[in-house]
Amino acid sequence: MDKDNSLQALATEAAQTMTGAQMVIRALKDQGVTHIFGYPGGAVLPIYDALFKVEGITHVLVRHEQGAVHAAEGYARSTGKPGVVLVTSGPGATNAVTGLTDALMDSIPLIVLTGQVPTHLIGTDAFQECDTVGITRPCTKHNWLVKDVNELSRVLHEAFEIATTGRPGPVVVDIPKDVQFQNGSYHGPQAIHHRTYRPKTDPDLSAIVKAVEMMAAAKRPIFYTGGGIINSGPEAAKLLRELVDLTGFPVTSTLMGLGAFPASRPEWMGLVGMHGTWEANHAMHDCDLMICLGARFDDRVTGKVSAFSPKSKKIHLDIDASQINKIVRVDLGIVADATKALREIIRFWKTQKHKVQAAALKDWWAQIDQWRGKKSLSYRNSDTIIKPQYAIDRLYELTRHRDDVFVTTEVGQHQMWAAQRFHFQQPNHWMTSGGLGTMGYGLPAAVGVQVAHPDALVIDIAGEASVQMTMQEMSTAMQYDLPIKIFILNNEYMGMVRQWQEILHGGRYSHSYSEALPDFVKMADAFGCVGLRATKPSELDGKIQEMLSVRRPVLFDCRVDPTENCYPMIPSGGAHNEMLLSPDDGGEISEAGKMLV
Amino acid sequence: MHDTKVRPASEIERHTLTVLVDNEAGVLARVVGLFSGRGYNIESLTVAEVDPMARTSRITIVTTGTPEVIEQIEAQLRRLVPTHKVTNWTDTKNGAKAGIEREMALIKVAGTGEKRVEALRMADAFRARPVDTTHSSFVFEITGAPAKIDSFVELMRPLGLVDVSRTGVAAISRGPEAM
Repeated sequence: MDKDNSLQALATEAAQTMTGAQMVIRALKDQGVTHIFGYPGGAVLPIYDALFKVEGITHVLVRHEQGAVHAAEGYARSTGKPGVVLVTSGPGATNAVTGLTDALMDSIPLIVLTGQVPTHLIGTDAFQECDTVGITRPCTKHNWLVKDVNELSRVLHEAFEIATTGRPGPVVVDIPKDVQFQNGSYHGPQAIHHRTYRPKTDPDLSAIVKAVEMMAAAKRPIFYTGGGIINSGPEAAKLLRELVDLTGFPVTSTLMGLGAFPASRPEWMGLVGMHGTWEANHAMHDCDLMICLGARFDDRVTGKVSAFSPKSKKIHLDIDASQINKIVRVDLGIVADATKALREIIRFWKTQKHKVQAAALKDWWAQIDQWRGKKSLSYRNSDTIIKPQYAIDRLYELTRHRDDVFVTTEVGQHQMWAAQRFHFQQPNHWMTSGGLGTMGYGLPAAVGVQVAHPDALVIDIAGEASVQMTMQEMSTAMQYDLPIKIFILNNEYMGMVRQWQEILHGGRYSHSYSEALPDFVKMADAFGCVGLRATKPSELDGKIQEMLSVRRPVLFDCRVDPTENCYPMIPSGGAHNEMLLSPDDGGEISEAGKMLV
Repeated sequence: MHDTKVRPASEIERHTLTVLVDNEAGVLARVVGLFSGRGYNIESLTVAEVDPMARTSRITIVTTGTPEVIEQIEAQLRRLVPTHKVTNWTDTKNGAKAGIEREMALIKVAGTGEKRVEALRMADAFRARPVDTTHSSFVFEITGAPAKIDSFVELMRPLGLVDVSRTGVAAISRGPEAM
């Protein structure tokens, strides 16, 4: 928080009288909010009226409330600050639900303000009424319906506290229209502290000592890192690098954790899990010590749980105690913020003068190099048709000289290819829907990222199916002069659905082909954006350069091989050492495996 | 009634949990929603404000699950923002924690003649108190461990059992300390 804001906050410690709507705007300013994403409607008009008169808060008008929430997620993930959303009652709130669930699954701090019908109409099936707190209870970290204007400022400041501390997440504050009009006492954030909520962030030092001893004794260790490192802030990513400097242990990461450890470093093993690299998954399977830092043993990472890393001891660091022993029983759980825990691990490693098992580690790296020799991300390129892997590789090569490249994605094959092949060096530059797998996330998320970083290169690596789910946000990008680049790997199929139908359902491509796709170039034109199309490998570089050179939103229709599958792949129900590297592998998938998603 | 033997990991156990929460709008829905949303069982649930000054409510839940599931339930309950404290009264790892569990029930029995006399005699043996009496019915109030109430209900069945209302379990620790 800057100096002006903290002075302002001090000045507000004494209560001031204002309307509920004014309190909302004042609380946002006192919390240091500079951007909000929203869409007006009847039940939030008083707040929009208060917003009209205020300076220092930029409102970004989206085209659908889901877009507002994803944009706020992109904003939050690329800045480390909370995202703020303002929507109306009823459909405004229900349209926000997908984004809220997405943010809950991926631990993204959001404050979503919803209008509600006036208190005397609640429960009467009034126009645009819905039970917003009831609907959003399971998809928020916490939520409130504020019926008393004198409670409003307390709730708003608590909302920020809860969204941003501990394991971050989305919160909803539902504000009836009459409360927005009423006068009441406003209190600044300094005076507010939730009466019950006390997240534990400091590690138990005896657990740290034990962790360090386990690391010093390990012969085949691996760091398995996740979004917790990113959420803890850039310091955690720095400490992770330092810890790897000290130990020389290999590092793999979940989809959410990409960028926390630089992909250019030799200890980097690539992505873990269903579409992870051969070396990362085999190392996870054969390690003797797994050090899980801020990840949660998601089913996309573990594969078959009963066969998951059977020979290892496991350390699990997580800020959320409920994640320890949830899926996989671990030998040592550490409940703490990643930055604080890593700092202590490094301190104890140094002060107790621990050394790694150098000889064993050398053998372990020799084994890893052998796995790397498989070159599991290789593919057969073509002179005539653009392979999606080639398209991502070229996009990466032509932008890697910049350090201000932010990538968002939609969900599906293109997302996995991007995660495998677009190599990240720093945290907060990769925004993707991990837990919920929300098609349509990437375009509005890119809008939010570009709002926060106006001069950066923001690319949504998209699929033609996903992007149509939130395509209308192109219009938002135009309105606010946000030069996002929407790079569509257009294979005319819902590619991942098609891939699963090929592997699991005998090639019966039930409703996964889009027979009537729009002309994306003409569509870009209609929105006032720039439309580009590449159909041959030979023209790809030139078109990408053209996309990068225009300072306007670009919709890039990259026509790729429609039948390409994403490998490597751990088939459903498989273990980490049962990977398919290509279609020729043709592994058997069990009946139990087919039941899994 | 609760078995305290250490069992193999996969066996289903019954546990009594108490959750102390802020008494605010929707707090019960949060707790109940957590159970339904994550597929946990609720065998009984009691809730009431216990401290009007501190505005705290006490929710006691009898649930079943494997030890792993029970551990998750406790962790998930602790994660709720308005939760102050979660106590498991059936903690098999830590025998010292056992609490006292009681349930109250109102039981209506209708009948005449020998059955009516027998019902009253049974009630006396169970220390159940008639709180409503007509020529053809009794309402008994009975308090005790849930198993005692189960037995009493079973005994009343052939004697003209008409209706049963149970409160669910309330629990508290032994000795001088609070939960």
